[in-house]
Amino acid sequence: MFDQLSDRLQATLSDVRSRGKLSESDVDAAMREIRLALLEADVNFKVVKSFTATLKERCLGSEVLESLDPGQQVVKIVNEELTTLMGGASRDLALASSGPTVILMAGLQGSGKTTACAKLARHLGESGKDVALAACDVYRPAAVEQLVTVGKRAGAAVYEQGTDRDPVDIAAWALDRARAEERDVLIVDTAGRLHVDEELMAELARIRKKVKPHDVLLVVDAMTGQDAVGVAEAFAETAEFDGVVMSKLDGDARGGAALSVKAVTGKPILFASTGEKLEDFDRFHPDRMASRILGMGDVLSLIEKAEKQVDEKQALDLQEKLKQDRFTLEDFLQQMRQVRKMGPIGSLLGMMPGMGAMKQLKNADVDEGELDRVEAIILSMTPEERANPAMIKGSRRKRIANGSGTKVQHVNQLVKQFDQVRKLMRQVVSGKMPDPQQLAQMAGGGGRTPRPKMRRR
Amino acid sequence: MPADGAAVRDRLIEIVAEVAATARAPIDLSAQPAVVLVVGVNGTGKTTTIGKVASHLSKEFGLSVVLGAADTYRAAATEQLAEWANRAGADLIRAEPGADPGAVAFDAVAAARAREADVAIIDTAGRLHTQGNLMDELTKVRRVIGKQLPDAPHETLLTIDATTGQNGLRQAKIFAEAVEVDGVVLTKLDGTAKGGIVLAIASELGIPVKLIGTGESLEDLRPFDPTDFARALLAE
Repeated sequence: MFDQLSDRLQATLSDVRSRGKLSESDVDAAMREIRLALLEADVNFKVVKSFTATLKERCLGSEVLESLDPGQQVVKIVNEELTTLMGGASRDLALASSGPTVILMAGLQGSGKTTACAKLARHLGESGKDVALAACDVYRPAAVEQLVTVGKRAGAAVYEQGTDRDPVDIAAWALDRARAEERDVLIVDTAGRLHVDEELMAELARIRKKVKPHDVLLVVDAMTGQDAVGVAEAFAETAEFDGVVMSKLDGDARGGAALSVKAVTGKPILFASTGEKLEDFDRFHPDRMASRILGMGDVLSLIEKAEKQVDEKQALDLQEKLKQDRFTLEDFLQQMRQVRKMGPIGSLLGMMPGMGAMKQLKNADVDEGELDRVEAIILSMTPEERANPAMIKGSRRKRIANGSGTKVQHVNQLVKQFDQVRKLMRQVVSGKMPDPQQLAQMAGGGGRTPRPKMRRR
Repeated sequence: MPADGAAVRDRLIEIVAEVAATARAPIDLSAQPAVVLVVGVNGTGKTTTIGKVASHLSKEFGLSVVLGAADTYRAAATEQLAEWANRAGADLIRAEPGADPGAVAFDAVAAARAREADVAIIDTAGRLHTQGNLMDELTKVRRVIGKQLPDAPHETLLTIDATTGQNGLRQAKIFAEAVEVDGVVLTKLDGTAKGGIVLAIASELGIPVKLIGTGESLEDLRPFDPTDFARALLAE
């Protein structure tokens, strides 16, 4: 996400950084580039104008131009201003102290409300909340069925009354039920509506009045162009939303809507949806996003993801095994699964500082299929073989290849790679830095082989 | 002498309309059955468009229509299409959730042939153009349709949401690479969005807009008129 914007901003800033001294005209030129980058990224033109004006003013300040490293100062200012533009400190939902917290979801058709409802339910459920969903989209065919299905998948209760009742009544009924069943959170899904459709907008206002939500969230498609502003303004008036959920952020290389929405409506982005799976949904942190856009990585998010997945005891076990050089293919499999639970490898790489600048890495479409194959190969081995890969010779190789639907070369490759990993780990554990050449060999040693296609996940 | 403002505007409208009319061609339904494949990003209005097209074809032109629910991924997508099929009086070919979309498309075309239907319309799951494996899947669906009926699909339509910004060009480019898009359906033109991105799509990729969606009801699907479009785009 944001790749295109990120590339342009980084190119501009690296030029600025390469200069020892900055003149006013250097700053002017950089501001021009930044302005173009933002406009091309669909950022609202008014937002761009005031953003670059603020930036310029700060960059021309004496503490920048006269500092020892003015380029670095400019980068710092851009980072800070980008963060402010997207909302400054991240905000969380306002959960009620007692009774169910009511969250009302609104948005245009196809912006992804129903999916966002389920993702939010799962997100809250993960932190121990008992969540219910109310199906108030009575217009779109099968919208109720969709919410029932995805709600179940997200582990939330779904309150529905079909499509014959007034959505306002359904919402009120759902709230009563959520109270009676002592749910922590009630998320109200509504029908998609155009901001110019007065009748439906009035209905939304009535639902809001009826259930008095603690938070109204507007779901915005990240790929929306300049129109995002008009939509957000109209919804701000009727729905008085408190925050934004950015959907389909993974389809967006520009970030125009994400960068404009806060400036125009004054409402922050609370959550961002970044993939097809229910768990591809996270809180939105403006500061972290700004660093990612500028290629500085987002180590904090990476650590949080890791903390969620890694079991401390397992980690200690592993450390012990490494020390004693007892690391087996079985452990390798566990490790790989743990890392993969954190999300697609490609998205993890994007959070590493400096990775954005590494062209070859960025274009390397990380092949999840290859990882599947490695799993399949290891799963086709006997426990003895996993513990002692050296015993895997001719006929065993053939059997494993057949069992996993791969070729003997693939099995050879895996065994060889594993051997290298083990050597490397021995060095790390014994305190020696690994030889960079060896690392490169490993990274490039995979060799491209036909990958299984047509996988949905 | 200062140029006449209205004349300049008229000329501008002409120029824009000319760009928008690039590679214009009607939707070709001459084959028997004519197979229409509908693709696009999530939430752009594929299923709704199909419902409207099916209704028009069956109610106004008296054509028999078979719908193929090849969106086996999104929850309740099949039920949504089933409702539309019901309203349009069209046959629906469906499968279990999670079934292979290629197989559903294949069956739908086979059914259309067996029942001697006039048109088969295949719905597909919404997918972001950035998801390589899902785009591969779409290429396969198209190929499989061609196996059942050579030369099919006769028409591949891409739905684009009018509120989409510059991103729309990228969507069109990548979908065109995956499934040879013949035309764009510009949806949700009833808001404040004007869908200016289709100009870029027409001029850079040579893919014309064929239909526009302007509302929720059945009548709100119309053929694209470049001059009307240009006029709305340049409205004061």
